[in-house]
Order: sequence, then structure tokens, then C-alpha cells
Amino acid sequence: MADMIEIEILRYRPEEDNEPWLQTFQVPYRHEMSVLEALSYIKDELDSTVSFRWSCRMAICGSCGMMVNGVPKLGCKTFLRDYIPGKITLEPLRNFPIERDLVVDMSDFIEKLESIKPYIIPKEEKSVCEGEYIQTPAQLAKFRQFSMCINCGLCYSACPQYGLKKSFMGPAALALLYRYNADSRDGGQAARMKILNQEKGVWSCTFVGYCSEVCPKGVDPAAAIQLGKVESAKDYVIAMFKPEE
Amino acid sequence: MKRSDEPVYWLLFGAGGVMTAVLLPILVLITGILVPMSIISPEKLSYERVHAFATTWWGALILLATIALPIWHAMHRIYHGLHDVGVHTTRLHHYVCYGFAFLVSAAALTLLVQMF
Amino acid sequence: MDHSQSKRKPFVRPVKKSWWLKDRFYILYMLREGTSLLVAIYAVILMVGLLRLSQGEVAFNGWLAALTHPLSILLHLAVLAACAFHAKTWFALAPKAMRIFKGDELIPEKPIIMAQYIGLAGASLVVLLFVLLA
Repeated sequence: MADMIEIEILRYRPEEDNEPWLQTFQVPYRHEMSVLEALSYIKDELDSTVSFRWSCRMAICGSCGMMVNGVPKLGCKTFLRDYIPGKITLEPLRNFPIERDLVVDMSDFIEKLESIKPYIIPKEEKSVCEGEYIQTPAQLAKFRQFSMCINCGLCYSACPQYGLKKSFMGPAALALLYRYNADSRDGGQAARMKILNQEKGVWSCTFVGYCSEVCPKGVDPAAAIQLGKVESAKDYVIAMFKPEE
Repeated sequence: MKRSDEPVYWLLFGAGGVMTAVLLPILVLITGILVPMSIISPEKLSYERVHAFATTWWGALILLATIALPIWHAMHRIYHGLHDVGVHTTRLHHYVCYGFAFLVSAAALTLLVQMF
Repeated sequence: MDHSQSKRKPFVRPVKKSWWLKDRFYILYMLREGTSLLVAIYAVILMVGLLRLSQGEVAFNGWLAALTHPLSILLHLAVLAACAFHAKTWFALAPKAMRIFKGDELIPEKPIIMAQYIGLAGASLVVLLFVLLA
């Protein structure tokens, strides 16, 4: 007989429920079992109506973000053994509307990612025959860490400023913005600085720093935002001496 | 897209943050604890000595920086803190917070210039 | 998209005013921001000292005498603790706002943080020696 662990899930079924409620499950515990595997067990063996998102099981698709005992985590990268003895409470990611059970509506987050022009805008167009855009390792190092984001949304759940004011661009989008602005092959800085310079750009951040703490890929969005503030402040000073064109 | 004026306050906040971290601890220790408890002789903060210090141009500059920068730093955090504790901040809150920082630093500057 | 047949009914969880009491990380953040209250009080105390200084010796001695009150010393102990906590958090976060590269290697945070503590020690020593010796 395997040891059992108690797992609580915040359920919300839009056709029946008016608000979320907690349901408790007993799951046989194995040392190497992840939270995501426990959820699969619950869906296969205990209650097939439990909904959650998942895909790769190896922390690269960014689908299985959820609150584990109040902390934003990837289900696949979180292991039951770290919560033994004790129970685990799973809730949908904070700061996002609940669509169903552990599934949240991330459309606001996705729209923000899209809005920062997350692609290289070449300084001058080159035809394929003219060859590739060359970059040195030192130029790559300037932004590489900020390009590791998997769009899981944990940082938005960690950010109280996003929770308090939904117009804030938020950690991942601003880190992605910095990633493109710091790319030596890119020429789109001027357009992206306009987004960054707004109140809802970097200036809604109060450097809580929890976004970097919860990031499963070591992106450190808080650092990207502070660097963005430095850039925005420089841009502000320059603009004071330069008439608006 | 409207550019935010936040850089002005953020730069003052940053300068004040450095001042608060690097110089304020020792100043608080001396003026608020060691001298009042006579662990350092109160003579060291006597009127003549402090007045002489405050009426040199560099002494006045240091005093202005130790009063003005920390107050801008602190009022910036208090303004944003209001939002954190659930106050819906308006222009009025903005004027009150930064206005207070402005008044304190303007008063310090006026007093220093007067004494000079 | 036509939602007339949809069963969608996204549930928005409200953010309570007590959001920051739920997590150790948020409590420490609010404590860090809260140091500003004591910093503001100290700046005002210094400003009043300056005012008293400008009013002459009697007024300034009154300010010095007020500082010897036990409650004042207690308050200054709290201000000192606030400044120390502010310094600790400030030094820890400062490296994030400046990425310094040596070739294509990012300089790690540790030496930058250490350098700031050395700066704090140096500045404190200079001020102390200035007050004692000048």
C-alpha cells in the first residue's frame, strides 16, 4: 500500500458554479512524482472532469503554470516530495480570470507580449544573397538571458502591480521588449521606447522582485525592467534637449 | 502613447536611496543616539561647530543633500505605497507627496542661503 | 466570435487590501517600502535642526536637548534599523539595474554587493572621523 498525499484543487465549472470551491483528493505518493503527474492520476482515476493545461512535461512549453500552496510554479517542475508531510493546495494562476478549474484566461498577457513588436526589425533590409546578420558572442550576451522566456505567466501571478492595475505591461512583456531593444541586429528601439516610456510601461513597476524569484527559466524580468527604467530615464533627458520631431 | 514624467522622480528617488543607504546610518547614529547619550561629547555638535560647518559652501551642500535627497526618496516610496495598500491614487495624492518633498528641500535651501 | 452559445463565464478573483500579508516575500517588500516613513521623519528632524540653527544658539541648544529625550533616542534607534534594512535591500537590488560586462561575461552580483558595503563602511568612517577630529 503506497503512502497517500492529500491534494486540494480549487474547482470552478462555469456552467454550474458561481464561485470557485475546494475539492480534496487522496493520491498515492511516489518519490519522483511531480504535481502534474498527480493531476494526471486524479483525472485518470478519481475525477475525469478536473481541467488543467499541460503539454511537454519538461518545463519548456510553459502550459502547466499554477499556484502551489500560494506560490506560482510549473506543475511539471514541482515535486510532491518537497511537500511531504503535509497537503498541497493547487489553485489557478493568480491575477488571471479563471476559465475552468486550473485553466486561466491568458489573453491579456498574450496581447501584451504581441504589442511590444517581439521580432527583429532590421536596421536596413538585406536580401538573402547578401548574407546573414552577424552577431558576436559579446553582443549575444547582452540579451541572451532575456530570450529564455517560455511565456508561462508565472511572473504575472507573482506581480502585485499587475494584480492591482491590469493596464501594466508586466514582467514578461517588458523583459521581451528589453531583449529586442538590446539585440545588435535590431533597429526598432525608437518604436519600442514609446511603449516602455509610458506610465503602464516600466514606470508601474515598484521593484517588488518576486517575478524574478518565481521565474522557472532564470530570465530575471525584474532586472530587465530596471535596465528599462535606466534607458527610459536617459531617453527622457535626451528628449528634454531635443524638440519633438 | 503618453510619456511618463516618472524619470524625474525616479532619479531623485535613486539618488536619495543611495544617500539613505550610505550616509544616513552613521548620521542617525551620531545625531540621534551617540551624541544625545553623551557617548560622543555633545561639544562635537555644538552651535559654533555646526554653524561654522553649515556656512561653508561644501558644508551647506552636504546638509542640503542629506535633507533633500532622502525626503524625495521617502515621499516617492510613500506615494507608490498608497497604491499598494489599496488607495486609488489621484493627481491630488501626487501633489501632496511630492509637494511635501519640494517644501522640505526648498525650506532647507532657503535656510542655508540665509545663514551664508 | 459568437459567444451566444458559449458557456464561458470567466471568474475574476478580487485583490484584497491585505494581499501583502499572505506571503513572506510581500511582507518583506512592504517592510522595505515602509522604511521610507522613518526616513521621512528623520529628514524632517534634520530640517527642524537646520531651522533652529538659523535662529541662533539658544534655539539650536533646545533642538539638541529635545534629542536627548528617551522617546527621541528610541525613535532614532528605529530610524537606524530602517536605514540599515533599506541599505541591505538597496545593495542587494542595485546590481540588477546595472549589467556590467567583462568581455562577453556578465560580472556577478556578489562583488558589486560587497563593493557597496565597503563604500558604506568607508563613508561611515569618514563621517565619524570628521565629527570627532575636525
